[in-house]
Amino acid sequence: MPNKSGAEQPEISGSTQKSQRTKITKSSDDNEKKSLAKKLKDSEICIPIVYGNIAFWLGKKASEYQSHRWTVYVRGATNEDLGVVVKRAVFQLHSSFNNPTRVIEKPPFELSECGWGEFEIAITLHFHSDVGEKPLHLYHHLKLYPEEESGPLSTKKPVVIESYDEIVVSEPSEALFARVQNHPAVIVPRLPADFTLPPVPLEDVDSKNRVDTKDNPLNQWFTNFSEADELLKLAAARQQVQAHIARLRRQLTLVDGQHQQLKAPSDM
Amino acid sequence: MDAKDILGLPKNLPIQEKKSKPPKESQRKPDGISREVYALTGGLAPLMPAIDVNQLKRKAQSENEKITWQWLPFTNSARKDNLQLYHWVRVVNGNPPTGDYSFAKCNKSADIIKYTDEEYEKYLTDPAWTKEETDQLFDLCERFNLRFIAVADRFPSTKTVEELKDRYYSVSRAILIARAPSPGDVSAHPLVKDVYNATQDTERKRALNLLLSHTKHQERRDVEASANLVLPVLSDTGTLGADKPITTADTVNPSTNSEFPSSTTTPVSETASVVASLRMLRVYLRTYSLEQMVQAASSSAGLRTIKRVEQTLQDLGVNLKPKVPTKAVCAEHLELRKEILTLLNLQKQLQYKEAEGSSLRDGTFTETPGTPPKQSVRAVDLDRTFTPDSLSTGGERFGKREQKRKGPGRLAEAPSSPAQSKRPRKYKASD
Repeated sequence: MPNKSGAEQPEISGSTQKSQRTKITKSSDDNEKKSLAKKLKDSEICIPIVYGNIAFWLGKKASEYQSHRWTVYVRGATNEDLGVVVKRAVFQLHSSFNNPTRVIEKPPFELSECGWGEFEIAITLHFHSDVGEKPLHLYHHLKLYPEEESGPLSTKKPVVIESYDEIVVSEPSEALFARVQNHPAVIVPRLPADFTLPPVPLEDVDSKNRVDTKDNPLNQWFTNFSEADELLKLAAARQQVQAHIARLRRQLTLVDGQHQQLKAPSDM
Repeated sequence: MDAKDILGLPKNLPIQEKKSKPPKESQRKPDGISREVYALTGGLAPLMPAIDVNQLKRKAQSENEKITWQWLPFTNSARKDNLQLYHWVRVVNGNPPTGDYSFAKCNKSADIIKYTDEEYEKYLTDPAWTKEETDQLFDLCERFNLRFIAVADRFPSTKTVEELKDRYYSVSRAILIARAPSPGDVSAHPLVKDVYNATQDTERKRALNLLLSHTKHQERRDVEASANLVLPVLSDTGTLGADKPITTADTVNPSTNSEFPSSTTTPVSETASVVASLRMLRVYLRTYSLEQMVQAASSSAGLRTIKRVEQTLQDLGVNLKPKVPTKAVCAEHLELRKEILTLLNLQKQLQYKEAEGSSLRDGTFTETPGTPPKQSVRAVDLDRTFTPDSLSTGGERFGKREQKRKGPGRLAEAPSSPAQSKRPRKYKASD
């Protein structure tokens, strides 16, 4: 990762002295800030997320009211840490649970419980202040039983149901941009190489305490969402439709021509 | 003579002409107008005089009256003050004209019915309106002569123009009916006969506003659509040759406009407003943005059309809601939906044209491309059966059928042949 604090300099003659260089940087900083702000105006940063649940049947240990152990979660699509943008996640469970409003203050944003029923869980994501003030709502229907009647339930193989989505932050502030631009969980638009970004406070202290979401034991069950399949299918579909459209246009002109022929004699 | 000189004609004739000319000239010599002007009449005097020339002069003379024009003061009975203004007056024999100022009769005002308190209690009470408000309304209506826009501006509490109108008309109507000795007496009165419909009025205004705000887009789309239509030009030998795109604005567009007025126009502006609203949100979900864009793109399409789009998507093997909604996937999905909408519209157009063609052959064709209701129903019925088949059976078969078509009569039948089992009986009527 490039060192942010001073390595990227504006393209001025490199032979100037260091002291001069810093002077020049300061004076052109404002212009750069303005153009950076302009660039950020029409851009967006995107955080791909996956949310859903994993449910294990408890088998012998299952009771009438606790047949499954399930975990509902929101994760980065590539299992990266969402804490970079998400401040906390609130899971609203069914009212039959004690304290149905569960707040998760730090990543990984997940919640495990035991139960027997399937219900809708409302997940509210609260963001850091430089992202936005308004929280986002996701809704997930808890699934404990597999789709198909696949015979006897297994305690080893969980039921996994996940949904892919993306958090879009339009016109991000410069501070946010600088903070997240190199974070693996975030997709940022590319800026021209000669842009200096405002210096970012070092986060080394935090990174040691951060939970490494890549080590989540549930990782093995997570779905890998790839856009390639869908893109291919869409491209093929579009081609088909476009071919139909071209054909119809040709027919239309043909029909029009025939109409002209039919109309002409009656005009006389 | 002069003309022939200018034209450069041979001069051998003039000798003859000169001989014949003088006698003719003496006959023809006009008085009062020049020779050239007289020649304009064809060289002959009119057989019947169009205007009696004598009359023209006589009318002014035979008056035997002295006409002068004088700058005199006048009053206007339509004014409430006693303002005296001056104007030119045609004075005949020293007597100025009598009578009121001629424009006084133009100062008309509406007769606003005044109700008594008793009548209010009996007939006019309404949950949404206090007596005070109703009184204020009527007072304003009188002052502003039923100019409801001005009344709405000055009305103390916020009520829409339509609400004010509604109240005014319903009150007036109720009073009229209440005061009439029998209902039959007033049934012909316009206030009683035509009832004001507030919701319809609101809808109408909304629709007008929509039309007003979309006209430019419509024009643009019309130009695009018509530019894409390349009309074949018939040469003398009857062979077809494609020519440069002719703007068929006159013939094509009225029909397309009446049939599918805003299918290609409003989505453009709707998506722009969606983008703006998303930006306002700052933080949102990709699925939400796709939902909004899809809604905007199909805002003008009816429910049936939307269902057809979804059916088409399913036939193509595409998820109605993408499983992996990334930026690229959502963009592609949206474009696909738009293209399907275009496809459906073109299908409708084609069927309409073919229906038109069959009626052309029947001899029932009228010049105005406005759709008779019968035909549009037919076209729409066909659509339902047409779409899935055309895509799933592949275009090839359809194309071949088209080529095999022998006479123009077949045109009408080809589209429905893949869907024979479901062909609606109504369509047969056109053959």
